[in-house]
Amino acid sequence: MTDLTHLNALQTRRRVRNQKISAGMRYVILFAVGLVMLYPLIWLVGASFKTNSEIFSSPGFIPAEPTLEGYRQGWETSTPFTFGRFFWNSFLIILPKTIGTAISCTLVAYGFARFDFPFKKILFGSVIAILLLPNVVTRIPQYILFRDLGWLDSFLPLWVPSAMAGDAFFVFMLVQFLRSIPPDMEEAARVDGCNSLQTLIYIVVPMLAPALISVCLFQFMWTMNDFLGPLIYLSSVDKYPVSLALKLSIDTTEAFEWNRILAMSVLTITPALIVFFVAQRYFIEGISAGGVKG
Amino acid sequence: MARVQLNNLEKVYGGGFKAVHGINLDIEDGEFMVLVGPSGCAKSTTLRMVAGLEEITGGEIRIGEQVVNTLPPGKRSIAMVFQNYALYPHMKVRKNLGFGLKIAGRPKAEIDAAIDDVARILEIEPLLDRLPKQLSGGQAQRVALGRALIKKPGVFLFDEPLSNLDAKLRASMRVRITELHKRLKERGLSSTVIYVTHDQTEAMTMGDRICVMQAGHILQVATPRDLYTHPANLFVASFIGSPEMNLIDGSMSDGMIRIGQQSVPVPAALDARLTAQPEAVVLGIRPQHLRLVTDGAPALEAKMTGAEFMGHEVNIHALLDGKQVVAVTSPAEYEAASRAGDRIRLRPDPEALHVFDKASGRNITRPAVMH
Repeated sequence: MTDLTHLNALQTRRRVRNQKISAGMRYVILFAVGLVMLYPLIWLVGASFKTNSEIFSSPGFIPAEPTLEGYRQGWETSTPFTFGRFFWNSFLIILPKTIGTAISCTLVAYGFARFDFPFKKILFGSVIAILLLPNVVTRIPQYILFRDLGWLDSFLPLWVPSAMAGDAFFVFMLVQFLRSIPPDMEEAARVDGCNSLQTLIYIVVPMLAPALISVCLFQFMWTMNDFLGPLIYLSSVDKYPVSLALKLSIDTTEAFEWNRILAMSVLTITPALIVFFVAQRYFIEGISAGGVKG
Repeated sequence: MARVQLNNLEKVYGGGFKAVHGINLDIEDGEFMVLVGPSGCAKSTTLRMVAGLEEITGGEIRIGEQVVNTLPPGKRSIAMVFQNYALYPHMKVRKNLGFGLKIAGRPKAEIDAAIDDVARILEIEPLLDRLPKQLSGGQAQRVALGRALIKKPGVFLFDEPLSNLDAKLRASMRVRITELHKRLKERGLSSTVIYVTHDQTEAMTMGDRICVMQAGHILQVATPRDLYTHPANLFVASFIGSPEMNLIDGSMSDGMIRIGQQSVPVPAALDARLTAQPEAVVLGIRPQHLRLVTDGAPALEAKMTGAEFMGHEVNIHALLDGKQVVAVTSPAEYEAASRAGDRIRLRPDPEALHVFDKASGRNITRPAVMH
């Protein structure tokens, strides 16, 4: 009897030990892979505090003599404007674009998901078709259109199409999300006396919140990172957003001041990172519930 | 006044499928009308048309004296309780209750008073500051009920409100709803109810009248008692009552009823009630009215195949001409019969025996005069 108890205890101990070992292994592997993926980012942050000469002389990411020189000089830029101006420009594009996208895509998705109207199938089919269409194809016709409208060298071509539900991906994502919500609540609201718009505002939008947050996040990050759009439509330096401004510091100086570029790169990704971490919970809820896996 | 009238109401879906075939139904002010039928019989569609959630493709609906065909749901003086409650998930119970009044633009003080009033009646005061996801099924159901009650509508619409609850809760909610209906009526408030269910027990216990539907047609509208004692056709006969009515194929001629090889004379009490004399018939007899007999009087021979002991009574299962029948007896009678072997003799109560025309399915017996 005591032997048996002893044996049991031994087995339990062994099992616990094995579990610990396998957990340990798992964490080591995950940590290693995570490090490999994060290393460029860590290096970027480290190198932004180095002097220009140290960047190329030491491979490590911890600066020997940390300096803010890169940030100070980078912020000043080689143009008459500081980097703050470019951030402000980015903000002026992102704000109307994100808000406009959220409102317009919600309206369009609500229509597709909940109402029957003539040619609905064809229209929704064309939304999907736009989703599959390569962006490059429409660049030139769009450029000509905006040129004729006299919108060149303004922010309008960068945000107006999106604010008119031009981003088929977001419409599609919201339609899918809405389809997963049972219509009973909306029917209850109609019985309670709501018209379609009131139902949308009081009932649908709150339920759609996680998906809407994802939409705003995606739009925010994609706009922040968009390089081609501003490059095509903006020609005056005073209207450049940060994505273009970064490039600016590369080709206007003969010897590249890498530490300035890296310092400004760090600043550029900071807003996106902050926003992502703040809204992470909703973001994941939004994309997984909508069936669009990120 | 909130009388509800359905006149030749039709529903044809886009694909040409006809769900509701021109039904007529007149629901009195203050009446508790239950629409019952198997799934797919269009009872919910009918209710949703009354609510205005489903478009009407033919006929008209009147609530009060007004034709409401094209009115939006909010203007029809109705309130609806949904099967899965449909509480607004992002609003606390208090806001859920007050939402309808808020949309109607009532002053805040009035809304608050109404919320407190309803919460007291339904005993949901402690739940007012919870979110719907923090409620149990029964609590959510009471909140949904409250949301309907608070609007003081002319007509209450219930769409299978109890089917998501467990059996015990369902029984107590059933009583609560009927009591509530009675109370509204006593207070002189408009309290017409249209209640959709597939559960015949709910229909029988709650309804003032029951409307049995099948495949978009109304088969019979009657009080629970009339429906039970005099089903108009085979479908209603088999749908209402538990255990189910025994339906046995047979033929009738020359004053004899023949079932397979057996024949018995038509009892005088039945003969007087017959309204037609077709040859091929279906005999309908409820298990409670099928008696075990031991005397020599005419009866049907059957072979006992099993028995369910229910406590105060025993359901005997037997084969009669190759068909399963059920008879309800007392435990003592069952024991006496089972001692004598599996051959039993069953005699239907002629007063409660129904004869259906096999071709049309119609009941061709007049109701017996109740003693």
